[in-house]
Amino acid sequence: MAISRRTLLTRSGLLGCCLAASPLVTPLSLASAPWDRRLVVIILRGGMDGLDVIRPYGDRDFAALRPGLAKDTGIDLDGFFAMHPELAPLRPLWQQEELGFVQAVSTPYRDKRSHFDGQDLLEAGTMGLGAQRDGWLNRLLQLQSGQTERTAFAIGQGEMRILHGAAPVADWSPDADLTLSPQAERLAGLIMQEDPLFAVALREALDLSHSDAADPAAGEGGGNAGPDMGGGMMAMPRLSRGRAHLKLAEFAAEQLRGDTRIASFSLNGWDTHSRQKRSIGAALRRLGESILALKQGVGPEIWQKTAIVAMTEFGRTVRENGTGGTDHGTGGAMVLAGGAIRGGRVYGQWPGLTEAALYDRRDLMPTGDVRAVAAWIMRAMTGTGQSDLEQNVFPGLQMGQDPGFLR
Amino acid sequence: MGFDPELAEIRFGCGLSPGLSPVGSVQQMLAQLQGPDHMAARFPIATSDDILTSVRSFHRLRKQNRRQRGTPEAAQADQAFNRFRRAHLQQRHLWFRQLVLRHVLTEDCFRERLTLFWADHFTALGKGRALRPLVYGFVESAIRPNITGRFEDLLIAAITSPLMLHYLDQARSRGPNSPQAQRQGGRGGLNENLAREVLELHTLGSDGPYDQADVGQLSELFTGLSYRIDKGFVFDERLAEPGAEKVLGQSYGGLGPDLEPVLQVLRDLARHPATAHHLAWKLAVHFTSDQPNPELVSDLSAAYQDSGGDLLQVYAALLNHDLAWEPELGNVKPPFDFMVSTCRALGVDPAYLAEWQPKQVQRVFIAPMRLMGQAWQSPLGPDGWEEEDSAWITPQGLSARLRWAMAAPARLMGALPDPGRFAGQCLGTRANSRLRFVASAAETRAEAIGLVLSSPAFQRR
Repeated sequence: MAISRRTLLTRSGLLGCCLAASPLVTPLSLASAPWDRRLVVIILRGGMDGLDVIRPYGDRDFAALRPGLAKDTGIDLDGFFAMHPELAPLRPLWQQEELGFVQAVSTPYRDKRSHFDGQDLLEAGTMGLGAQRDGWLNRLLQLQSGQTERTAFAIGQGEMRILHGAAPVADWSPDADLTLSPQAERLAGLIMQEDPLFAVALREALDLSHSDAADPAAGEGGGNAGPDMGGGMMAMPRLSRGRAHLKLAEFAAEQLRGDTRIASFSLNGWDTHSRQKRSIGAALRRLGESILALKQGVGPEIWQKTAIVAMTEFGRTVRENGTGGTDHGTGGAMVLAGGAIRGGRVYGQWPGLTEAALYDRRDLMPTGDVRAVAAWIMRAMTGTGQSDLEQNVFPGLQMGQDPGFLR
Repeated sequence: MGFDPELAEIRFGCGLSPGLSPVGSVQQMLAQLQGPDHMAARFPIATSDDILTSVRSFHRLRKQNRRQRGTPEAAQADQAFNRFRRAHLQQRHLWFRQLVLRHVLTEDCFRERLTLFWADHFTALGKGRALRPLVYGFVESAIRPNITGRFEDLLIAAITSPLMLHYLDQARSRGPNSPQAQRQGGRGGLNENLAREVLELHTLGSDGPYDQADVGQLSELFTGLSYRIDKGFVFDERLAEPGAEKVLGQSYGGLGPDLEPVLQVLRDLARHPATAHHLAWKLAVHFTSDQPNPELVSDLSAAYQDSGGDLLQVYAALLNHDLAWEPELGNVKPPFDFMVSTCRALGVDPAYLAEWQPKQVQRVFIAPMRLMGQAWQSPLGPDGWEEEDSAWITPQGLSARLRWAMAAPARLMGALPDPGRFAGQCLGTRANSRLRFVASAAETRAEAIGLVLSSPAFQRR
């Protein structure tokens, strides 16, 4: 499909030799990816309540801290932790050891508990704020060679600071789909043909769009297309609602089947200050559906090479608040999934929930760094050296012992 | 080569407009800049103080709301707070509308462009909902009135603005030996964020002649710069680090907590040759090309140094420079500039636009702009928006531009203009035969207009 569209554009004759000869065009399909495994990083924005997602029901202090939220145990995992009932669709993955969790982890961010700063630090991957402007996934890419334009993809409308930086990263939002009538497509090619920057971006945009409306084969006779061929009343570009997360995951999966090795997108809706039961339920359904859509989308072979890492800016208070929710906290949890993950277990060192064991007497004490988890996974997936990871990707990180997150 | 009225509107202004004749000369451009700010008067936007008043109400209602959790009055307080919060956030869209109107109708276009340029140079934003609208006031009060004076005054206005002190964590930074630190000990402390960005972004530049020791010293010197929601900027002596600090080899302060040494270091940094070069480079990049001619940069830098940082002299040097008038279009317009130049090219009826409600503004401008890669007033970091053309013309960015160009004009005006005439009207002499062919060959009027607006000839300036 991708190839036919490209052929269409160059064959149409309207795109002259200028584009075909552009040095920007050729490397795309020829260069090979620097490694074979696939990494998907999902940023859970808003502060996911790790204690509600992976419930330490075996801890004797837990039930009293969460009288409303922990009323039903959830799905038992290992006799100590249970997962939130809304994650039931992922149960088969847990049983196949393709789903795991990390408990009691955080970034180095402390005390101020602001989403804004917390997410900045999570994506910068540094010890403190303002130390570096680029994101840690981009710094990982900066260390590699042999990348193509599509090795890494930032997906969706929101800015993905995690991939921001000097290394080239493709970005695309399924909301950006460009559906032009064949005639408009040809004319757009014509006005952009002499400007390589525009010509290449247009070709890529058409390539990435799934235009069911315009059949590429119809392009040859574009001038005769009827007035109702789609482009006439173009819809305003805007965020699609409801199933947006599935579109992100499906698009990511499609890219991961090809040259893409790293994909990152965000899932929002984790800031559950009140009526958490309802709000976190919806957010977890979206997370579960996204993971399953990725599995379905990449297919069995690539799923075996795939690791999905979902992380958030901070956890939430251990005590339920007066409105059936929880407030911004410190230690949280990560979700790991994929055929490459050694799942079926909850990683991390459990700090306990007694008053003295808490951080600031209110939050789960972080006993591990989310960056170390990401670092070990990247170490195993890309072969990046430990010193590069500790000095360049996550400056100042001590990775510690390898817990062996991958198979 | 030299001044060209059409290019003046395209490269240094907001684009051509069917209803307004292009500016006549460089002298006229500079005279307008020195004259009254007609657009600010005609389409007012709230000041920093106005918005802080609204922030105060926000905080009060939120507190009330939290206090009443679980009481019978909770639902009412909740409703009152939610209503206020919505209005507090939505007023931004009405100010955005004012901003669009200024761009559509102004004949003093360079002022709008310079305002955007300096607002980006001093990128600041509100973290959290309460302070999010404050960016408009920051630009209106600290940036816009100061773009034609000396850079040091602009610098001081920006750095002492509550929004900047909030955004770069200065307001709570305290010296390790400050009265407050001595009394309380414990958490918090010195924050270097603002000091680092002042050196790296606002003055000397990342390759400037400073090191980490200067950053540390400047951050100690900055302690005391703070603000109160009800008072605006304050110098809080309890936060100030006692003793003198040495920045770039020069000693400042030492005679007790005082604002004056802080202002002095800012003035000295503003007058530094590295700052002259850094700002000259940025202006040349912004107004000419991602790779500006070094001769242009050094001439702008010289004008800056010769005038002691008088920005008007630097603008005069830029506008009088042959290298600024290369006829070939260079930079890609950022999404905001693309949108407002479209409104201007269409000759959108100001009376119609003036009635737009927040929802329409959100749907037609703010949301599509985000897809184009510019989440309005929310760049990723204090370094602001990218200048490189390639940062904007990505597959996603171009797709969003194309779609918007085809969809938005029909919402911005009743009947779309004749595409052929429109091409001439928004591209002037740059409407070549291929563009006119495209305008005539499209199947619908909306597509034709959209294609003209998506052409590199309209996207670049």
